[in-house]
Amino acid sequence: MTAALEVRGLRKSFGRLPALRDIDLAIETGRVTAIVGPNAAGKSTLIKCILGLVRPDAGRITVLGQPVGNDPAYRHAVGYMPQLPRFPENLTGREVLAFLADLRGGDEPDEELLGRFHLEGALDKPVRALSGGTRQKLNAVVAFRHRPPLLILDEPTASLDPVASGILKDRVRHDAGAGATVLLTSHVMAEVEELADDLVYMVEGTVRFHGTLDSLRLRTGEKRVERAIAALMKEAA
Amino acid sequence: MSAAMKVLGFGLQNQLRSRWILGYALVFALLTDALFRFGGSGPRVVVSLLNVVLIMVPLVSVVFGTLHVSSAREFIELLLAQPVGRPSLYVGLYLGLAVPLAAAFAIGVSLPVLLHGGAGTPGLGVLLVAGVLLTFVFTSLAFMAGVRFDDRAKGLGVALLGWFAATVLYDGLVLLAATLFADYPLEAPMLAFALANPVDLARVLLLLRVDAAALMGYTGAVFERFFGSSLGVLAATGALLLWTAVPFLLGLKGFRRKDF
Repeated sequence: MTAALEVRGLRKSFGRLPALRDIDLAIETGRVTAIVGPNAAGKSTLIKCILGLVRPDAGRITVLGQPVGNDPAYRHAVGYMPQLPRFPENLTGREVLAFLADLRGGDEPDEELLGRFHLEGALDKPVRALSGGTRQKLNAVVAFRHRPPLLILDEPTASLDPVASGILKDRVRHDAGAGATVLLTSHVMAEVEELADDLVYMVEGTVRFHGTLDSLRLRTGEKRVERAIAALMKEAA
Repeated sequence: MSAAMKVLGFGLQNQLRSRWILGYALVFALLTDALFRFGGSGPRVVVSLLNVVLIMVPLVSVVFGTLHVSSAREFIELLLAQPVGRPSLYVGLYLGLAVPLAAAFAIGVSLPVLLHGGAGTPGLGVLLVAGVLLTFVFTSLAFMAGVRFDDRAKGLGVALLGWFAATVLYDGLVLLAATLFADYPLEAPMLAFALANPVDLARVLLLLRVDAAALMGYTGAVFERFFGSSLGVLAATGALLLWTAVPFLLGLKGFRRKDF
């Protein structure tokens, strides 16, 4: 197995506050990995470093063999679904999608998710008229539309209804089956249990556990992921 | 087409739908029209407009500029996660606001002028140039503040303070200095004062072109005596361009290093 994402010696502080302390991480191709941990564990900072939104103090990151740095080319391989999507209010969803597709260039976009979410009708309304859930669906479409080999999903199902959330999870499993690597954060442990192959547990800017869900169960002696993570938290304390 | 141009095109598309930009153009159109109806002749309209332009263009540019950077924060993050370099994105975002603002001002003023047959009015072209330059100057200052301060209120506050200093406080301070040091030769310091404030520069630029010596104020009078008309115009324009470029580059530098 080759690593889709490699993080070596990653360090980042905000002022005097350390956010990441020497992170080493290798995510294998085609795996769905959930990053979990308490607030301020460094999950967001790690994701933002991978996306190039935050500049690390030290260390290096490679995405599919391409270095993360000033050259934005590697982001052709990355699809990002932020937690709180905001799109320009005056434009329609269709215009936003067209602009982002134009910016990325490349192949004919994949409209499967668009169809399954039944977004066609909403696409011609200005974004400001869309509900939070509809915006989140649009957000998901943006992330998956170009079939990126690396998907980064930040609390992907947070404001989706159960039906939409199910559609999105199906898509995540489908893409992972087709060889995409998925990195997601979630506070819903049932979702982690349903979606993830592997789990990364972070505390205070360090990775405390990285392995398959089964190895987590084995290590903690708990069957449910929620209980297992609670056991990890106690271990860390 | 480069990424910067794509971002610019998208910004233009967005601003064209914005009621604020249309309202901004409309305000200038109504004002210019009213001045023609009540004030009569072209040159007087230009001078009356000048005072509005000097206050309003910087104010609107500063407010729109800081809000543009801070309120689009989440969308900027999404754009940064696309295969686009930060400099391209910054250029596109900046022009995507400065160009429609400048166009709204220029079109808003020009339409009523053409309607009233005042196209040949002396000073009109310079007024338009001054307004457009001020838009670019204050938008780039606002972007710099917006990039520097994550807190929306703080960025807007600092930018408004800058606007207040440049439009209101500055003249008072210059006058105070002139009175306090009335016994000394003040030409060189006054010249420096004028160059150090983009609003003053715009005023000087226009008044050098319109024969309105009485309205020139202290710095303007010194400027004309020092440079003569043509050279003065060149110097003032050059200084305004510098006032656009320097904050723009500082903002870009901050944007490249920023953690989102």
